[in-house]
Amino acid sequence: MASLSLSINGVRVELDVLPMRRLTDVLRQDLGLTATKVGCEAGDCGICSVLIDGSVVNACTIPVGRLEGREVLTLEGLDRSGRLDVLQRSFLHYGAAQCGICIPGMLVAAAGLLMTDPAPNEQSVKDALGGVLCRCTGYRKIIEAVVAAPAFEESQVTAAEGKAVGARVPRVDGVPKVRGKEVFGADGSLPGVLEARAIRSPHARAGFQIADLASYVGARAGIVAVFTAADIPGRNRFGVIPSLADQPVFAERETRFRGEAIALVVGEVDAISMLDLDDFPVEWHPLPELRSPEAAVAAGAHLLHGDREGNVLIRGLVQTGNLDAAWDIAERQVAGEFSTGFVEHAYLEPEAGFAVRVGDRIEVHATTQTPHMDLTEVAEILDLSPAQVRIVPSAVGGGFGGKLDLSIQPMLALAAWRLNRPVRMVYTRPESMMSTTKRHPSRITARVGATSAGQLVAMDFDGVFDTGAYASWGPTVANRVPVHAGGPYRYTAYRARSAAIHTNNPPSGAFRGFGVPQAAIAQECLFDELADAVGVDRLEFRLRNALMAGNPTVTGQVFESGVGYADCLEALRPIWTRAREEGAEKNKSAGRTRRGVGLAGMWYGCGNTALPNPSTIKVGLRPTGRIILHQGAVDIGQGANTVISQICADALGVSMSAIDRVGADTDTTPDAGKTSASRQTYVSGNAAFAAGQALRRRILALSSASDEATFLVSGGRLEFHDRGRVEEVDLAALPLDADGYVAVAEATYDPPTVPLDENGQGVPYAVYGFGAQLTELEVDLDLGRVRLLKITAAHDVGRAVNPVLLEGQIQGGIAQGIGMALMEEYLPGRTENLHDYLIPTFGDVPEIVSILVESIDPFGPYGAKGIGEHSLIPTAPSILNAIRDAIGVAIRTIPATPDRVLAAIRKAGVD
Amino acid sequence: MVYLAPTDLGTALAALADTPLTIVAGGTDFFPARVGRPLDERVLDLSRVDELRGIEAGVDSVRIGGLTRWADLRDADLPRCFDGLRLAAREVGGIQIQNAGTIAGNLCNASPAADGIPPLLTLDASVELTSRNGSRTIPLADFVTGYRETALRPGEILTAVVVPRVGGNGHSDFLKLGSRTYLVISIVMVAGVVDIAGDGTILDARLAVGACSPVARRLRALEVDLRGRSIFDNPDDLVGMQHLADLSPIDDVRASAAYRMEAALVLIRKLLARVAAVSWRV
Repeated sequence: MASLSLSINGVRVELDVLPMRRLTDVLRQDLGLTATKVGCEAGDCGICSVLIDGSVVNACTIPVGRLEGREVLTLEGLDRSGRLDVLQRSFLHYGAAQCGICIPGMLVAAAGLLMTDPAPNEQSVKDALGGVLCRCTGYRKIIEAVVAAPAFEESQVTAAEGKAVGARVPRVDGVPKVRGKEVFGADGSLPGVLEARAIRSPHARAGFQIADLASYVGARAGIVAVFTAADIPGRNRFGVIPSLADQPVFAERETRFRGEAIALVVGEVDAISMLDLDDFPVEWHPLPELRSPEAAVAAGAHLLHGDREGNVLIRGLVQTGNLDAAWDIAERQVAGEFSTGFVEHAYLEPEAGFAVRVGDRIEVHATTQTPHMDLTEVAEILDLSPAQVRIVPSAVGGGFGGKLDLSIQPMLALAAWRLNRPVRMVYTRPESMMSTTKRHPSRITARVGATSAGQLVAMDFDGVFDTGAYASWGPTVANRVPVHAGGPYRYTAYRARSAAIHTNNPPSGAFRGFGVPQAAIAQECLFDELADAVGVDRLEFRLRNALMAGNPTVTGQVFESGVGYADCLEALRPIWTRAREEGAEKNKSAGRTRRGVGLAGMWYGCGNTALPNPSTIKVGLRPTGRIILHQGAVDIGQGANTVISQICADALGVSMSAIDRVGADTDTTPDAGKTSASRQTYVSGNAAFAAGQALRRRILALSSASDEATFLVSGGRLEFHDRGRVEEVDLAALPLDADGYVAVAEATYDPPTVPLDENGQGVPYAVYGFGAQLTELEVDLDLGRVRLLKITAAHDVGRAVNPVLLEGQIQGGIAQGIGMALMEEYLPGRTENLHDYLIPTFGDVPEIVSILVESIDPFGPYGAKGIGEHSLIPTAPSILNAIRDAIGVAIRTIPATPDRVLAAIRKAGVD
Repeated sequence: MVYLAPTDLGTALAALADTPLTIVAGGTDFFPARVGRPLDERVLDLSRVDELRGIEAGVDSVRIGGLTRWADLRDADLPRCFDGLRLAAREVGGIQIQNAGTIAGNLCNASPAADGIPPLLTLDASVELTSRNGSRTIPLADFVTGYRETALRPGEILTAVVVPRVGGNGHSDFLKLGSRTYLVISIVMVAGVVDIAGDGTILDARLAVGACSPVARRLRALEVDLRGRSIFDNPDDLVGMQHLADLSPIDDVRASAAYRMEAALVLIRKLLARVAAVSWRV
C-alpha cells in the first residue's frame, strides 16, 4: 500500500491504496467518483478521460501511485459551482448525449480544449476529442455542441401544452448524462458487495474437465465460491425465443464457441482483482470446430444441437408471382454474390450490473434492453416464480440489439441468490466482445431483372447467415430478411430465401436491422448495376419502381397511406443532380483520386415480424398535481424517455414539465416490451397516447367539463377551462387508489399484424419506415482509401416527434453504417479489443444532412414511425455504390477496407 | 507486489540493479497488455524521474530524454529535420495517448508498428542505455532487434534518444496509413529526411518504412539510388518495387501483405513528391 496526497476536483485527498491500481478504479471504487467511465481499460476508447495538471489523459492507463501532489479533474469537477457548465448546457441543447456513457470523456476532453483554445473550430474539436469514441451519436452533434459552447446562450426549448410532439425539446433524461450522474451498469453497487468473474473457453469447441473446486476456493483468501452448470437450480438454458432456448448459462460438457462461460468465481472485491483466471483448475480438450456455414452444412459435420439437422436452425421464405415467367420478360438482368462478416456492437459500456437477494426475491440491477424478458428467463434459470424476480435496468450505455440477450444477469442472480450477498460483475472489453452476440455474417446471392424500359420485374434472393453457436435472434433474422430483401419496390415476381446455420462461432443475434442491412447491400448495389444495364439514371430507376400507397408489397400487404419512399428520393434529387455534376467535373482533372456519388434506399417494418408485440404504459395523477408516467420502454440512448413523454403530454393536454417519470423497473412499470425493432416510438408511443387520452378522460370526469375542455394542474388544484367557463377541483379532497393516485390509466397497444403463410404472405408489420441516403466520397486510386465527403439522409419518419433526437438517430445509424461499410469486421480470437476492432472515430464521419419526410402513418402515434434501425440500413450500400461510381467496379466483400478497394481498382485496371 | 516510483535516476538504477522490475513509463502499453489480469508485478514507475524528460539541443546533437512524451515532441521547437518525428507524434493514438506515452516506452515496446521508430531511423538516432555501471549509446537500428525484442539488458533504462546534428537542409516528412482517422495502428508508415541542393539534386536521402517488417527498416538501396537524382523527377521513376526488397510484411487484421508492399511504395513516392512540392516553395 502507498499513502498519497493529491488534489481531485480541487479537494485535497489522502489515499492509502495499492499504487499500481488504475486511476479509473480508485476514482470509481474508493472515491465514488463514477462519472469517469470504463470502456476498455486499454486506452482505446477515451471515455475515462480526466485532466491531470490540465492535460487530458486516459485514467485507465495511469497507475494511481504516480499521482502524489498532482491535480486531477474529472467531470464531477466541471459543475462544482452548482450550475451546469457552459459545455454541459451546450451538450444538452444540441442533443450531443444519447446513451451518455462517453459523454464524461467528451466533456473532459472538451474542457481541456477550451482551456487553450477559447474559440475552437470543427477541426480543432476533432483533434482534441478524437481520442474519445462514441458509438451512438456519429459525433456530429458533439462537434456542434463544443464549437458552439464558448458563445452558448440560454435558449431553453420548451413546448406549450399540447405542442410537445414536433418540438426540438432537449431529452428529459439529459441532465444526469451531462453531469456524469447517470447510473450505468457498472456504477451501481451495495455495501458488502462481492465481485464475480467468469471462466471462459479459449477454444471455439472443446470438452473440459473441472478439477476439485473446494480446494481451489479453500486455497484462496477472499474467494467465496465457484458456480458451474451443476449449481443451476432451474433450467440451464436461455434464449430470446422460448421454444428455441438452447444457450446454457454455463456449458455442461462441451463449449460451442470461444468465450463461452463454464464457471463463475465469486469473491471479495480485492481478492477478485488480484485473481489470475489462468489458475482456474480446468483441463481443455479442443475438438474439431465448424467455423463457417459451408463447413457446418457439409456432409459429416458434427451437429451443434442434436435436433437441428444439417446445423440448420431455421429457413425463411417469401415468394410471390411466377418467377420463371418473370425472367422471360426481364430483358436486363444482373446478379451477384455478396459477403459480410461479423460486426460487433461495440457499445462503450461493457455488460455490467449487480444482483441482490431480498428475502425470497432476487433483484437484478443491470444493463439491459429487455427487462421483462430477463425476468422470465432468470426465473426459469433459478427455478423461481416470476413474482420472485425483479429486474431494474440500469442506465444503458449503448445497446443496438446487443443487450437484448441475457449475459451477466443469470450469473449475478445465481450467485446473489445462493450466497445471500450482493454480487456485482463487469465484463472486460475482450470478454464483452468474445462472449456476446454479433451481427450475422452473410453470404448472399441475388439476381434482379427489369424490362428494357426500366420496369423492375423480378428478384431471386438467397441469403445464408452464420447464426453461430446458439439460436439467439437467428430466427428473427431468417424471417425478417425475406420480407425486406427486395427493398421498397414493386415486383411482378419475387422469391427470397434465407437460412440461419449454426457454427462454432459466437452467437449471432440482434444488431440494428436484424439482417436487413446485409440484405440491403446486395439489393441496392445490384439495383445500381441494373439501372446501368437498363440505361436509366439510378435515382430515376428507383423512383419509377418505388413502392407507393396502393401497391402490394412482396407479402401482399397494401398500404393506403404512410408510404413516403418516393418522397425521400424526390428530396434527394437536387442533391443527386448537384453531386453528380460536381463529381463529373472533378473527375475530369487527372488527379489520383476519383469522386463518387452513391444512392441507396430502404424500408423497415417496425416491431416484431407477424408476432404479438404489445406495450403497456401507465400514467396517473397524484394529489400533489404531478403526473406520473410509468415508462418501462428502456431508453438505451435513442430517446424513448423523451419521445414517450412528449406523446403522453400531448395526449393528456399538459405540458411536459407537469410529468415525472418512473421506471423502467419490472416492479413499477408495466411491460413496454423490448427496446428492439425500432418499435418504441410506434408501439409504446401508441400505448402512451392511449394511456394519456384515457387519463385525460378520467381527469375530465372529475369535473362537469366537456370532452373539449382543457385543464391545468397547479399546486394541489385542477383548473378546468371549458368554453370560457372555469371550474376548480381541489385534488386533496379526492379519494386515492391503492397506489396513491387520484386518477390513473393504463393502456396496451399491440400492432395489428397477420401471420405469414407458407409463402410468406400476410401482414408482417403494421408500419414501415422508408428512407434513402446519398453519399459523396473520394477514392484514392493508389491506396484504395475512401474519404467520405458528405452524406445526405432523407427518412420518412411518419411524424417527427422530436427532430433533435431523430437527427441523432440518423447520424448515429449512419456512423455505424460507415463502420460496417469500410472498417468493421470481428474476427474471433483476433479482434477482441477496440484497437484491432475499429469503429469510426471523429475523423471518419463526414457532414451529415438529415431531411425528415413526414408521411403521417395511419397507425403511428400522431403519425410517427420508428427510425432506430432505418438510418443504418442504406448507409453501407450508398457508400458501396459511391465507390463503384468512383472506380467503376463493385466491391462485394464487406468491409471495403483499403486493401480490398485497391485490389478491385487493380483488377479493373482503373487509371 | 513491489511499486517503486523514484524521483531521480540514481535511485531508479539502483533499484533495477538489485532486482528484476517491470519498467513502466507512460503506461499506455503496460495497462492494455493486462486487461482483466491482476496488477501484481514488481514495477519500477519512471514517470516521476523528471530529469529524463525534456529536449536539449546541443552543438553536435539533440538529446531527447526517454520520458519525453509525444505531446512534448509534437509541440517542441525543433530543427526542420524533426518534422517527420513531430508529425508521427501528432498521429499517435489520440491526445490522451500523446499526453502520456513516452518515446522510450515506444522504442522499448518495440512494436513493428511503433510510430517513433521510422522517423528516428531516418534521423540516424541512437539510444542511450544507462545502468548503475554507466551508460552506453548504440544506434537505434541495433537497439530494436526483432519483433518486440530489444538490446536492453537487465538493469538498463533507455534514458535518452540522441539525434546527431548533421549538415544539410533536412526536408523531413512522415506519412501514416490506417483504416480510420485518429486512434489507429498503422497499416504502413513511411518517414524520410531528404537534403536537397538548390537545383533540386538529392544530396542525401534517408527513408524508413514501418509496419512492413518485424522491425521498421531503412531503405538503403533506395537511398543510394536517390543520391544525385533530382527531387523534381517523377517519383514513379525515382522509386520502384525493387527498392522494397528488404521489407517482409505479413497478412493481418489490418491489411494483406501484398497491399502493404503496394502502399509502402505509394507512400514513399508520395513522400518524395511532398518534399519536392515544399522545395518549390523554398
